[in-house]
Amino acid sequence: MAPALGIMGLFFAGPIIWSVYIAFTNKALTGVGAQHPKWVGFANFTHMFQDPLFVHSLVLTAIFVIGSAIIGQNTLGFLIALLERGKNSFVTRALNTFIIAAWVMPEIVAGFCWYAFLYQGGTLDTFLQHFGLSQDWLYTTPMLAIIIANIWRGTAFSMLVYSAGLSDVPAELLEAAKVDGASQISLLRRVIIPLLRRSIVTNLMLITLQTLASFTLIFVLTAGGPGEASQTTPLYIYQQALQLYDISYGTAMCIVLLLIGALFSVVYIKLIRVEEVG
Amino acid sequence: MIGVLSSGERRAARSNARPRSRFRITSPRIMAARVSAYGVLALIAVFFIAPLLWLVLSAFEPAASVGSAAPLVLSFSNFAKVLNWTTTYKPLINSAILSGTTAVITVVASLFAAYPLSRYQMRFRKPFLYTIVFSTGLPITAILVPVYSMFARFNLVDNMSAVILFMTATSLPFGIWLMKGFMDGVPLELEQAAWVDGATWLGSLRRIVAPLMLPGIMVITIFTFVSQWGNFFVPFILLESQSKFPASVSIYTFFSQYGLVDYGQLAAFSILYTLPAVGLWVVAGRFLKGTFTFAGAVKG
Repeated sequence: MAPALGIMGLFFAGPIIWSVYIAFTNKALTGVGAQHPKWVGFANFTHMFQDPLFVHSLVLTAIFVIGSAIIGQNTLGFLIALLERGKNSFVTRALNTFIIAAWVMPEIVAGFCWYAFLYQGGTLDTFLQHFGLSQDWLYTTPMLAIIIANIWRGTAFSMLVYSAGLSDVPAELLEAAKVDGASQISLLRRVIIPLLRRSIVTNLMLITLQTLASFTLIFVLTAGGPGEASQTTPLYIYQQALQLYDISYGTAMCIVLLLIGALFSVVYIKLIRVEEVG
Repeated sequence: MIGVLSSGERRAARSNARPRSRFRITSPRIMAARVSAYGVLALIAVFFIAPLLWLVLSAFEPAASVGSAAPLVLSFSNFAKVLNWTTTYKPLINSAILSGTTAVITVVASLFAAYPLSRYQMRFRKPFLYTIVFSTGLPITAILVPVYSMFARFNLVDNMSAVILFMTATSLPFGIWLMKGFMDGVPLELEQAAWVDGATWLGSLRRIVAPLMLPGIMVITIFTFVSQWGNFFVPFILLESQSKFPASVSIYTFFSQYGLVDYGQLAAFSILYTLPAVGLWVVAGRFLKGTFTFAGAVKG
């Protein structure tokens, strides 16, 4: 176990411990803080919650996570799994190939695809010009653009979780409910969703964790702009710490993001039953 | 993620085996429901295919602009233009070095780490496993700033080995977790027989456990390789010289330099960069089926 522990200790736990130290100093890459970082206590943290741009970025991150993961990927993935249930035709297999390809391809390429699709003069724009709707979607609706791109990118995961879950729902149960006169909607509400509760909660946790720290896709599409209109927390941290060189402030924000992630991660562990862990 | 995919496939295979009658009396209502189901699926298909069209169309178009009008001629000129040492070969080799080395170290280290977790009753086993699962959930983006300042402090920025070790550290939790899962599927009795014959734990790991879980090892290797192959943020932050950039970073510099001018070349480069990832994923799917028939054979 030694090699694994060594690597994880140095390069995973190490930076986390290091970050706790840095966050309480005024370390920067340039200026006074670069040579002699000083202990500043909670200054970075108090500054953070008075920083309107940070609060703004948290709100955008929440919108991004709720819009693209919890509502978008989750619902669409569930819908696809439901519609494809019991069908295994050429059509569904071909569709799944595209959905999974969007998920497997490098994130930066996914970003290019959506950039080319939404840019003024891009595919969608060229198409909508016939209806007189020409505009740069990345500029006019940046949040919507990154949310839709991320739905496209990540739906495969939810779809796979739910099609695995749905195949565990016993067919007899559904037949019985149908014989008793249940409508499609009550079948869904009273039989399928209750049976899938575990899959649903696990899926929600995992996609939230994945989406929370999403950087590359947003960076390629809007780079947080125009202005700060789509600057989620990871992009704001990047700007503050690595473009404006305020390492200690960036690190303090990292800790907050890490704590939010840790919170969801703890809930996720609670969901994995003890016997599964072994 | 792998576990999810695999069980889905396995169950899909099972449900296919169930005989379905082709001739059924369908009420008009069910017919309508079926037609509308396909209608919705068609809309979803449009949503998933449309953004990909650009990639394929402009890559094969002689002089592409952002808005890809359907090309009338199939041209490989964009591919010919990007297929040179600085644009394509060198970055792809760098990507292969970064993700390949990361995958190999991850697999070897997690093999050794998973063995005691799977085989021995230890006091710290449960807390350790919980920590592993917990770390798989942590947002890696959020530790990149402290990692950068740590790398700067110890002069490790732009050092490929250090970047590989960081990538390994972030891949290990999931690697160990998967490895332990696969290893639990190898029956202990096989090993006990070897122990009786005087084999050490290292010997039985090398000669019995590892060969038996080879499909699982391949899956972890490919999974780690593919995720690091697509990793943009880590090398983007931690590497500085162009000659060390993997494809993910060099493709971004290409995009920000030539952006709108050379979309055809960007698309061609994107396809060349994407294909290995998708190809390996397909291979992993094959291995995954292998592991599950194996697990079934052991249990049955």
